[in-house]
Amino acid sequence: MKISGAKIIMETLIEQGVDVVFGYPGGQVINIFDELYQYQDRIHHVLTAHEQGASHAADGYARATGKVGVVIATSGPGATNLVTGIATAHLDSVPMVAITGNVPCSLIGRDSFQEVDIMGVTMPITKHNFIVKDVTKLADTLRLAFRIAKSGRPGPVLVDIPKDVQINECEFTPQETVPEEAKPLAGEEALQAAAKLLTEAKKPYIYCGGGVLIGGASEEVTALAEKLDAPIGCSMMGISAVPTAHPLFLGMQGMHGHYASSMAEHESDLILAVGARFSDRATGNKLKFAPNAKIIHIDIDNAELQKNIEVQLGIEGDIKDALARLTAMVSEQKLPEWQKRIAELRAEENAMPQSGNTLTPYRIIDIMSEITDENTIVATDVGQHQMWTAQRYPFAKPRKFISSGGLGTMGFGMGAAMGAQLATGERVVLITGDGSFGMNLNELATAVTNRIPMVIVIMNNGVLGMVRQWQTLFFDKHYSNTTLARQTDFVKLAEAFGAKGMRAADPETFAEAFRTAFAEEGPVVIDCLIDEDEFVLPMLPPGGSMDDVITEVKG
Amino acid sequence: MEMERHVIAVLVSNVSGVLSRVSGMFTRRGFNIDSLTVGETESSEFSRITVSFRGDEATQQQVVKQVAKLHDVKEVEVLKPQETVSRELLLIKVKNDSETRQDILAAANVYRAKIIDYSLEALCCEITGESSKVEAFIELMKPFGILEMCRTGLVALERGCNCLKTE
Repeated sequence: MKISGAKIIMETLIEQGVDVVFGYPGGQVINIFDELYQYQDRIHHVLTAHEQGASHAADGYARATGKVGVVIATSGPGATNLVTGIATAHLDSVPMVAITGNVPCSLIGRDSFQEVDIMGVTMPITKHNFIVKDVTKLADTLRLAFRIAKSGRPGPVLVDIPKDVQINECEFTPQETVPEEAKPLAGEEALQAAAKLLTEAKKPYIYCGGGVLIGGASEEVTALAEKLDAPIGCSMMGISAVPTAHPLFLGMQGMHGHYASSMAEHESDLILAVGARFSDRATGNKLKFAPNAKIIHIDIDNAELQKNIEVQLGIEGDIKDALARLTAMVSEQKLPEWQKRIAELRAEENAMPQSGNTLTPYRIIDIMSEITDENTIVATDVGQHQMWTAQRYPFAKPRKFISSGGLGTMGFGMGAAMGAQLATGERVVLITGDGSFGMNLNELATAVTNRIPMVIVIMNNGVLGMVRQWQTLFFDKHYSNTTLARQTDFVKLAEAFGAKGMRAADPETFAEAFRTAFAEEGPVVIDCLIDEDEFVLPMLPPGGSMDDVITEVKG
Repeated sequence: MEMERHVIAVLVSNVSGVLSRVSGMFTRRGFNIDSLTVGETESSEFSRITVSFRGDEATQQQVVKQVAKLHDVKEVEVLKPQETVSRELLLIKVKNDSETRQDILAAANVYRAKIIDYSLEALCCEITGESSKVEAFIELMKPFGILEMCRTGLVALERGCNCLKTE
C-alpha cells in the first residue's frame, strides 16, 4: 500500500523506537504535524515555546538516556533556530535526529518564503546531514540517520524534507531496526603496551571524559582504578561517570577543576585518558600540561588521538571493552606513596575557604543535595553556577548531570532539563543563573503546560558572573556590559507563566523553599539572591598551567 | 615547523554536497588546500578527490583522520611522492608579437607544450606535467606577458598495481 512521506516519517520513527519528539509546527511541516495528530497515541509531541528549546530538549532527552533525541521544525527560521541546539549536541557527541521541512523541491534555490539551505548551514555542526528529494528514499534515509546518530562516537544528524516529499506517496515496507554497527575494538598489542605502562607507573592518573558515560563504562573504569590504586579525575563532560563519593575520585580537573584533581594530574607520571578530548578548558597551556606524564589515550574516535595533545599511546576502540580487557591484564597493586601525596593534596584543597553562613553558591548546592536523591537529574546552564555545580554536587549515578560542555551554551538548561525529565520520569533540578535563564525562560511555558516536576534554582547575582570574574581578574574591573541592572521579578515572572515562584536570601529560607518545591508536581522557580562577587575557584588563567593556579582572590 | 606538501586521494560517494563536505572540513579546521581536483571514477557511484595541502606530519595525519570520518568518504590514502605519478594541466595565454614569438615557441618546444590557439595578439599553450614543471613553465612565460592562465590542480595515482578501492 502506498503511503505519504509524512506517514513514512511516523512509521520510521516508531520503527526506531521513538515515542517522544520535540518540536514546533510551521508551514513546511504542516503535513508532518497532521500525521503527528493521527499518531498521537504512539508518538507524543512536546510543543515548546521556541525551536531552540525543542532542540535542547531533544538533547537533554538523549543525554539522560543514551537514546536518540528527535526534534522537528519547519523550514527557514524554524530550521535556523535549531542551529545552536544542534551545535551543542555536536560538540558533546549527543545522538540526535533533527527533521526539518523545506519548501517544495520546485521552489528550492529561488529564495522562496521561509527557504534556507539548512543542509549547507548545518554541515559543519552535524555528524552528517541529508536532503531527501525523492519519497522512495525517505524511509531508508531516516533509518540511516538514526544509525549514524548513535553509532561510534554519537552526534546529531539533520534530515531536510521538502514539503512535496512529505505529500508524495510510495510503497513502504516496515523493517526491523538494524542492530548497531559493531564498535571498533582496541588492538591486543596496544592494550598490552598500555598495561605495561600502567604497571610501571608510580603516579598514574585516570582521566575520564564524556565518552565513559556514552560508552557505559563507569563500572569498568572504576574497577581498573581500584585494581591499580589510581586516582580518578574527569573533564566536565565526564562528571557522574564515577560516583563523587568513590574514595579514588578526585573530581573534575581543568580550568575550574578541583585543586587535588588538577594537581594530581599535573604531578602524575602517567595519564590514562578515556573518552576525553583534551579540550583547552581541560588542559590549559598544552606545553605545560602534566610535564612529567606519559599519556595513554583510548577513544572510539580515531581522529581524537593526537589531535589536541601528543600522546605516547593512542588506542582506537570501544572504551567499555578496552577497559575490561586492560583490567584483566594488570595485577592488583597498592601505591602508598602516591596515595599519601594525593591525601596531602586533598588536605590542601579542604583547607581552602569553603562555604560560609550566608547563601553562597556551595551552600545552595549542599542544601539541595541533602533533599534530592541519587536519581535526581541535575541540569545546568552555562557560567559560574555551572562550574559550582560541577565542582560541588555529589553525583551517585551516571547520566544525572546534564550540561553543555563543548559549546558552553547559555540557555541550554530549560530545554535540556525538560527533555531529561520527559525521558526518565525522574525529578529534575535546573541550576541556572539570571543571565542564562534570561536567554530561554520562555520554556517555562512548556514546563507548565506539561506539568514538568522541575525546580529551577536561579543563582541570581544581577551580573554575568563568569565574564565579570574575568573582568575582575584580567581587565582591571572594567565591568563592561556584565552588570545587568534589570528589574525582572523572577517570582512574579514564574507566576505569570503559571508556575510557582519563591525567593530566598538566606540558607534557611532556601532550604524550606527547596523542600517544598521539590515535592511539587509542576515547575517551581526559586530566585536565590547571591553575592555578585562570588568567584569560581580554583581557576587556571587561560593559557596557564597548574603553576599559575589561582586559589584565592583578595579584595 | 616543516611545511611539506602532502597529497591525499579520497574516494567518496558520488552524491551532491560531497565536495562541500570535504572542502568545508579543511576550511573549518584551518587546513590549507593547495589544490583540489574532483571527478567521477570508473564507477559512477564514486568520485575521486585529490587534495594537495601543506603542513607538518601531525597535520597530515589529522587531515587523513578527519577526512576519513566524513560519512560520504569511503577511502583515504596518502600518496607518497616517490610512489606516485602526478600530473597537472595548464592552459596559458601569452602575448604574441613578432619580437618574442620565436622565443615563446622555442620554450614551448623544449617543455613539450602544445600551441592550441594562435592569433596575432596572443597564443595559448597547453602543458601537462608535474607541478614543478608547470611552475617552471609559468616562470618562463612571465617576461613575455601572461594574459591569463588556468591550472587544473594536481591529479595523482599510486605507481604499480595498488588501487584505491572500497572493500
